[in-house]
This record gives sequence, structure tokens and C-alpha cells, in this order.
Amino acid sequence: MCTTCGCGSNEVLIRGRRHAGKADAHVRFRPHAAEAAARNGEATRVIRLEQDILARNNSVADQNRLLFSANGVLALNLVSSPGSGKTTLLVRTLEALKGKFPLAVIEGDQQTDNDAERIRATGIEAIQINTGKGCHLDAQMIERALPQMALPQNGMLFIENVGNLVCPAAFDLGEAAKVVVLSVTEGEDKPLKYPDMFRAARLMLMNKCDLLPYLAFDVALAEEYARRVNPDIRIIRISATGGEGMAEWLAWLAAEQQICA
Amino acid sequence: MHEMSLAESALQIIKDAAHTQGFKRVKKVWLEIGQLSCVEKEAMRFCFDTVVKDSIADGAQLEIIETAGQGRCTHCGSETRIATLYEACPQCGSYGMQVIAGDAMRVKELEVE
Repeated sequence: MCTTCGCGSNEVLIRGRRHAGKADAHVRFRPHAAEAAARNGEATRVIRLEQDILARNNSVADQNRLLFSANGVLALNLVSSPGSGKTTLLVRTLEALKGKFPLAVIEGDQQTDNDAERIRATGIEAIQINTGKGCHLDAQMIERALPQMALPQNGMLFIENVGNLVCPAAFDLGEAAKVVVLSVTEGEDKPLKYPDMFRAARLMLMNKCDLLPYLAFDVALAEEYARRVNPDIRIIRISATGGEGMAEWLAWLAAEQQICA
Repeated sequence: MHEMSLAESALQIIKDAAHTQGFKRVKKVWLEIGQLSCVEKEAMRFCFDTVVKDSIADGAQLEIIETAGQGRCTHCGSETRIATLYEACPQCGSYGMQVIAGDAMRVKELEVE
């Protein structure tokens, strides 16, 4: 964390390199000067701002979205808890789509390049963003990563967010849709416990369905809970390792890409 | 804890305002936090106090104004107060209340000198 103002911006690494913050980002306040001004009779006043805290993130996200749209890129923001099988699902998806669409991946994790390495093993370009102590990707991180990669024109960009069902919900990255992965080894009530994320997602992939015979997980109940939070959410039951539901997911991707092209 | 990033964004809004409106010190900050926004009030207080250290808003008093959640039923159209995103409509019992208020996160006002 930045020792001047407490922000985490100097911990973000893109391809292992630190991003230089703006020079004016950490102007040190000199309290004595202000106290002196107050003593000299400078009156206090109230000013009205009414500014959305997320406005800056959202405006950068809009710029990212424009760039994706100008290049016919379907950008998806993949979100889930840690361990839901996002990376395995992504690897299988890339293997299936390779040669059919231009593809690229942005990987978000607090530390390590492990996930990007797993993606690169498929032959697809992957950029790793390490957020340091940060718990989510934001639009500016994506904006800074994009010039370092070849945009998959008329193809797909998968952004794998930090494994976290809370924080990434609020941050628009410029994606066409958030895709939430819920694995059947988790609780059915995750959509009720983390409603913001399930509300923000357009598609839910219920992963690891090959394990259902060994679990007490109630699929219908999990789907009902997801629809309570988001009646319009599309749900696909899938198994990245067993292959169940992959065809439906790939068809959804192709249809969404058509809309962006 | 995304409240840290949100507190940083709030501080950036304050710094931008200091630049355009020419004040040197912030004594009080009013934040509007909707009940249905994804912000935990106490986490926001902790993060705000941390990120403003050594900044123009160091030591500023934080006032959080909580606004109630308001939803409109997508089936019957009735409007009601809601405390969560998964409440059923009290009129017709269907799920899928559209949020019409109470999801905002805003820097409302500053007391400055």
C-alpha cells in the first residue's frame, strides 16, 4: 500500500511491471499552513458536489467499451469465488474456440503469474494483472493493460477477475457482460449471500456438474435463488472437465460475439 | 475490501474539487451511501480514515447519510421499500424488484476552509 495516502495503486503490476502513478496523485498536505490560514480568519464554507464515487471508473469503462466495440471484440468479465474452476473452464473454452475466433485473456490475481501461464500453455495470449492487496480489477487497470496486447479483432477477450464474489461486482470494466461461475461444491445460497454479483451478471455457469452424484447440492434451489436476485439471468449447467454444457456455453459465446462484430 | 478503492475515489473527487474550487482543508465530508449499494458503512469509515491520512482531508469528520432502498415490481408495478436485492413484491409475491433508489454512492457535500 502507498505510504503517502494509503492507496494501493503502486502495488498493481501489469506483466510484472509496476505502473507509475500520476505525479500529482500524492500531494502532501501541510496542516500548519491551513491552520495559519484559519487563524487569519479564513471562514469555512460548505460546497455541494453530488458526485458519484464510481464516476471515474465508469467513464474509463465506457472508453474501454468503445474500444472493444470499434474492434468487434466481445469482452467478458468472469467472476466467481476462488476455486470455482474459472481458469480450468477458460482453458477448455480457449481450446474449443482456438482457430475459430481471435482470442485473448487478461488474468487478474493478487499475486503470481500462474493463471496466465496456464492460459499461455493453450497458445493464447494472456496478460497478467497483479492487484497486490487489491481485491478486484478496475477499469483503469484494463485501460493500462490493453495497449500491451493485440486486441482480438472480431473475436473474444476474456477478463478473469480476482476470485471474489463481493468486490468485483461494483466495478464496470467495459465488458459486454459479467459471467458468474458458481460451482456445485459451494453452497446453494451463494446468490442470496452475495446478491450484488448475481444481480450484476448476465450469465451464470453452474460448474463442476460432473460431481453432482457425490454431493447434496440442490441445483434447482441454487437456480431459484439466482433468479430471485436476478430474474433475467441465464443459467447453464456445465462441467469444464466432463464437457457437459460446453456446447451450450460455446453457442452463447458465438451468439454474443455476433452481436459485437 | 473494495471500500478501500471507493474511499480512494472519494478522496480523488475531493482533491479535484480542491483544485477547481480553491480550498485548502476539508473539515467534514458527507457521503451518501444507499442501503442497496455494495458498501459496508463501517468498512467505509475505516478505509476513509486510512486513505485521507496526510491529505487535504486528513482528520476530516465523515458523515454517512444512508438512503433507503426503493424497488418497483417488474410484474405489477407497485413501488415499495426494500432492504435486500432478493425481496419478493409485497403486493403480488413475484421476485425481481427493479431498484429505483438506494443504490447510490456519492460525495454529497464538503465543509472546507
